[in-house]
Amino acid sequence: MLADFLEYNFLRHTFLTGILIGVIAPLLGTFIVVRRLSLIADALSHVTLAGIAFGLFMDKKLALGIAPLYSGMGFSVLGSIFIEKLRGVYKAYQEIAIPIILSGGVGLSVIFIALADGFNTELFNYLFGSVSAVSQTDFYSILGISIVIILVIRLFYKELVTLSFDEEHAVVSGIHAKRIHLLFIVLTALVIAASIRVVGVLLVSALMTLPVAASMRIARGFKQMILFSIVFGEVAVIIGLISGYYFSIPPGGTIVVVSIAILLVTLGMERFSFRRKVHGTD
Amino acid sequence: MDHPVVSMENIYYAYERNPVLNDVIFEIPRGAFMGIVGPNGGGKTTLIKLILGLLKPDNGEIRLFGQPIGKFKDWSKIGFVSQKANTFNKGFPATVFEVVSMGLTAKIGYFKFFTSNHKKKVLETIDQVGMGAYAYKNIGSLSGGQQQRVFIARALVSDPELLILDEPTVGVDQENVQKFYNLLHQLNKKYKITLLLITHDTAAMTIHATGIVGLNKEIYFQGTPDEYNALTNDKLSQLYGHPVHIATHGHS
Ligand SMILES: Nc1ncnc2c1ncn2[C@@H]1O[C@H](COP(=O)(O)OP(=O)(O)O)[C@@H](O)[C@H]1O
Ligand SMILES: [Mg+2]
Repeated sequence: MLADFLEYNFLRHTFLTGILIGVIAPLLGTFIVVRRLSLIADALSHVTLAGIAFGLFMDKKLALGIAPLYSGMGFSVLGSIFIEKLRGVYKAYQEIAIPIILSGGVGLSVIFIALADGFNTELFNYLFGSVSAVSQTDFYSILGISIVIILVIRLFYKELVTLSFDEEHAVVSGIHAKRIHLLFIVLTALVIAASIRVVGVLLVSALMTLPVAASMRIARGFKQMILFSIVFGEVAVIIGLISGYYFSIPPGGTIVVVSIAILLVTLGMERFSFRRKVHGTD
Repeated sequence: MDHPVVSMENIYYAYERNPVLNDVIFEIPRGAFMGIVGPNGGGKTTLIKLILGLLKPDNGEIRLFGQPIGKFKDWSKIGFVSQKANTFNKGFPATVFEVVSMGLTAKIGYFKFFTSNHKKKVLETIDQVGMGAYAYKNIGSLSGGQQQRVFIARALVSDPELLILDEPTVGVDQENVQKFYNLLHQLNKKYKITLLLITHDTAAMTIHATGIVGLNKEIYFQGTPDEYNALTNDKLSQLYGHPVHIATHGHS
């Protein structure tokens, strides 16, 4: 099975892209989860869908070859900036940004899909992911994005951690909270756009949050939580892609199911170690 | 060089239509251990937020280390332990080491990395507050009093010249409160850190503080702990009622 992934170009590019998003999605996801922004990631993925539908529409009707990856990314980044603005405007009701952005994204998607003469397989691939959709150019773009994301996170790691843990303290000590928030949400938008080819719009936020939910149960400290999240993310992506290919199922589905299985195992482990501890004390 | 660490002149502040501070004037000299006392809702936390630049006064001037607050940039000179320190993001699995490291983030600055020297400093500070044995434990697994010490370490790690603590002993048991005041005493005397402490614990303040300010929207008392004691013995009933202007600047 794995041999096929190494042999066929289209599979190889998907596989390598999967390895990349197995790193960047849980990496950003760790911050998203501790800052309770999981739903914002979901909202952004729908805005990305609108961008993709826009790209497909432009391509079909006007023969303008904007790669949907880029139009998706453009929409996602604009959406993320808009979310930060909304969160600033509605300080006391920050979660209101979520339905606004989510419904806006779905509404625009519907319009562009209709204008582009409705559903087709390509769109289906964007919704649930595909094992064969990643082209060589897509792969190189996503490789570039991943490198940028990892470097930026490395560069602003201490500020992001400090701000996520205790915003008031961070602001008092002189960290520019607004700018760091904006940077962070734009990175999130990029990760979502990069991941959609493989996991699909509907399940991208799952790959950002499920590995983190599992890791959270067993990690000691934040760094360890990031590390475990990435390991779980990779396991989910690799097993999910291979089994998706083997059973002809969109990989978004298999990746999420594997993630949930990992989560259940960590919950079980936690219970087991708890029992052992109780047992050890008597 | 001998500017007061903080000076406030004729400060007014209101939330919407609710005036909270009226004509507040006071100074914290370098090396002081200043206590702020007063009833709940008296504006103590608000006063601190003004000093920290989280709020802007409606009127009046605040100077930090001699500089107008608008021009002040050196925020790492000020350490702060919030009243809400125990309501930090509990879902965040950070170790004590990681939490204390966060106190250095702003001081290290953008585009620079945490080095082995910083690590050493963090571990020393954790030892200084007596939490050395817990450095790699998750903060969520500690008791309230231990967490409080960790937050003090986070404030201390950047070597502040002024440490501000807002009701730090709430939720800490009696034995640890004693240890806690000993720690503050040591920080003040041995490390020469100026302290500003908000507390209801006036008994402890009269032992350790060098000056006490009573705040109930206006400053109703400013003087030494002895003067404060004399005052509380006579006028206890009036204290938490409407403001009274009795004792004033005893020294000078
Ligand atoms: N963010 C806020 N918005 C509106 N009113 C506030 C806010 N914070 C405090 N207040 C009000 O200001 C007054 C002083 O509060 P505070 O400074 O917290 O007092 P203290 O710390 O002395 O208990 C109280 O009446 C309180 O209700
Ligand atoms: Mg208060």
